[in-house]
Amino acid sequence: MTEAATETRQMSMIQAINSALDVMMERDPEVVVMGEDVGFFGGVFRATAGLQKKYGKNRVFDTPITEIGIIGVAIGMGAYGLRPVPEIQFADYIYPALDQLVSEAARLRYRSAGEFISPMTVRSPFGGGIFGGQTHSQSPEGIFTHVSGVKTVIPSTPYDAKGLLIAAIEDNDPVIFFEPKRIYNGPFDGHYDRPSKSWAGHPGAMVPEGYYRVPLGRARTVRAGEALTILCYGTMEHVVESMVIEMGVDAEIIDLRTLVPLDIEAVERSVKKTGRCMIVHEATRTSGYGAELSALVQERCFYHLEAPVERVTGFDTPYPHSLEWAYFPGPVRIREAINKIMRE
Amino acid sequence: MGDRSGSGAGKAGEERVPQAGRGHLDASERELAGQGRNLPPLQLHVPEPRYRPGDAADFSDLEIPAAGTAPRPDEAADPGTMRDMAYGLVRVLDDEGQAVGPWDPKLPAKTLIRMLRAMALTRAFDARMFRAQRQGKTSFYMKSTGEEAVSIAAAAALASDDMCFPSYRQQGVLIARGWPLIDMMNQIYSNKGDRLKGRQLPIMYSAREASFFSISGNLATQYPQAVGWAMASAARGDTRIAATWCGEGSTAEGDFHSACTFASVYRAPVILNVVNNQWAISSFSGFAGAEATTFAARAIGYGIAGLRIDGNDALAVYAATRWAADRARANGGPTLIEHFTYRAEGHSTSDDPSAYRSADEGSHWPLGDPIARLKQHCIALGIWDEERQAAMDKELAEQVRDAAREAEKNGILGHGLHHPMESMFEDVFEEMPWHLREQQQQMLDEAKAAGL
Ligand SMILES: Cc1ncc(C[n+]2csc(CCOP(=O)(O)OP(=O)(O)O)c2C)c(N)n1
Repeated sequence: MTEAATETRQMSMIQAINSALDVMMERDPEVVVMGEDVGFFGGVFRATAGLQKKYGKNRVFDTPITEIGIIGVAIGMGAYGLRPVPEIQFADYIYPALDQLVSEAARLRYRSAGEFISPMTVRSPFGGGIFGGQTHSQSPEGIFTHVSGVKTVIPSTPYDAKGLLIAAIEDNDPVIFFEPKRIYNGPFDGHYDRPSKSWAGHPGAMVPEGYYRVPLGRARTVRAGEALTILCYGTMEHVVESMVIEMGVDAEIIDLRTLVPLDIEAVERSVKKTGRCMIVHEATRTSGYGAELSALVQERCFYHLEAPVERVTGFDTPYPHSLEWAYFPGPVRIREAINKIMRE
Repeated sequence: MGDRSGSGAGKAGEERVPQAGRGHLDASERELAGQGRNLPPLQLHVPEPRYRPGDAADFSDLEIPAAGTAPRPDEAADPGTMRDMAYGLVRVLDDEGQAVGPWDPKLPAKTLIRMLRAMALTRAFDARMFRAQRQGKTSFYMKSTGEEAVSIAAAAALASDDMCFPSYRQQGVLIARGWPLIDMMNQIYSNKGDRLKGRQLPIMYSAREASFFSISGNLATQYPQAVGWAMASAARGDTRIAATWCGEGSTAEGDFHSACTFASVYRAPVILNVVNNQWAISSFSGFAGAEATTFAARAIGYGIAGLRIDGNDALAVYAATRWAADRARANGGPTLIEHFTYRAEGHSTSDDPSAYRSADEGSHWPLGDPIARLKQHCIALGIWDEERQAAMDKELAEQVRDAAREAEKNGILGHGLHHPMESMFEDVFEEMPWHLREQQQQMLDEAKAAGL
């Protein structure tokens, strides 16, 4: 935290994101918010509610339905000197903008040797667990962690969501900010058959009203432990935490928060201590971010490992609708994986 | 051979029993559905250019309106009232080199000569750099021969701080803005003087101080970026506008559509230039839709102003750009300008146009050469003559040669005088993260171990 936090209030993740945008628009006149339905209506998830009314249409505006255009225009605005925060309505719809993100935003500083930069933060709801089917559930973070020149950030609590989003907006590099929409309104432990919870009472839901930052590139130790390290982020942080408590295993849970640049020290320190490493993400397995994590752990902690690195991920299929809970790396699959790695 | 129906529904010789609801129709139902009628087979139309290698080119039937005949709408005109402008051709210079009609920008002699000089300098620069590539001094080059008016006259009509988002064929904008040739050459040679540190393919310049945006290899991406820059300028109450260029081939990219939509929706102060030089590498303009309509006519569907102009007529380019700039500055919104021109040479140093088009084409192209036409005009005005032109050409060739000699002192490609290898890792991010620092160190260690 770089500034003394003001009043603290309980917020959902959506409220925390809205608050981060509000704080940054107030502080920096160059910050502009744009995207499909973000203006008058305030966004399909309400993340931008009230902003247009407060800051005017020159700073918060609805866009045509063209992701190429949204990101391309945001790059031009960044080159002018603004600090755009474009929203892509669902991460599943970021692909039309991929060329602008990968070939342009990510490369602009490099190819112009710093003459032009792209200080944008692309916000996009991502992840499954909401019966979103194939095109409202995907976790494409691995596509972006593979691109040099962008940072990829994924919060798991309202507190982190606000602090990380503020840090992302202030960052002069392009940031892909994926918001786990399953936990917008409450943490999700993976037990889809139990009543859903709100953020009330969760320690990560007490959020300062004013300005503060959660630095990019730094992981959070959710829970200290000696027997096993579990690397995760987003919704999976809560699923993992609930299973660890349920099973009574002495696992150390690390919420990575930023995938690139990764907090390698936190990962190394923990795995060297526990000797076991499990990686959990919703995204499909092959060439997913878990593969990179696994390789890093293997390269750096080889002599400390007492068992093969375990990955619990989405399957290598498109995200199914009716079979969502067979696909989702939920309690059943995590329990099995923990049992397996602890047997080794 | 057994049953080849592949349906698996029945064995050879077995009667198929029509089943309700399975797509089996009786004769009258088939008739209603249009099956069984004697329809001609469908045909796929694949465009073909008029002339291929070995053909004699003849463009005498091409509709080229006489200079001075196109009307000049008011800069504030409603796009709906000026649709004909997208199908005509604004031309100012006639066959005798006289400036005629309502689009004559009536430029002072000084401006005319300045444009002529910048166009000639661009051509001399192109010639020298093309040769440098052939001599192995660099890997790649792209000329703009025949299209010099498109960038130079436009740059002359814009304010020097209007932001340009060019494609790779608008080196004329940089030259018109007086950017040092040596700096451009350093970039082409990727040498130690290259401000882009040898990271970019030759000609992918970036010159922020000249309000010249970093060029990308990915076609048309600059289009929505220019619109975004213009929107930002408008949102901040600035007075600067943006201009962007792409080839007619690139108009087929989705970015073009997104940019036009955004430009229209927010009435962005931007000039969208389409340089229709008839060719996109080996593909003629028909593959971007030219058989069906003009590129300026794309503007009509977006409800933005569209002008189709003679791109080899520097005065027409100047006048149209000025019209569009004034319109944009008065909050009248965007203009799409199609510059009808011809790519006189190969696409790049990697291209041999004799493999796909008639060698004859360029010489029969009815709009002539932009430099020759402006020169003729200046001579007709009595402000120029052939001697001065010859002296200028000689002087410019020397200027380019001297700049090249200076630039080569900083190194040419592959001769060792480049930026230090560790600079490869800089500017990926504002601050170098640990994984890049590690990779940088690894590279240096490997080089050291190898005795390099
Ligand atoms: C997205 C993308 N696709 C393909 C290419 C390869 N390419 C480079 S130039 C070119 C032709 C462009 O033609 P046009 O837009 O008419 O411009 P011109 O070269 O005639 O100036 C192609 C296909 C590319 N650079 N980027």
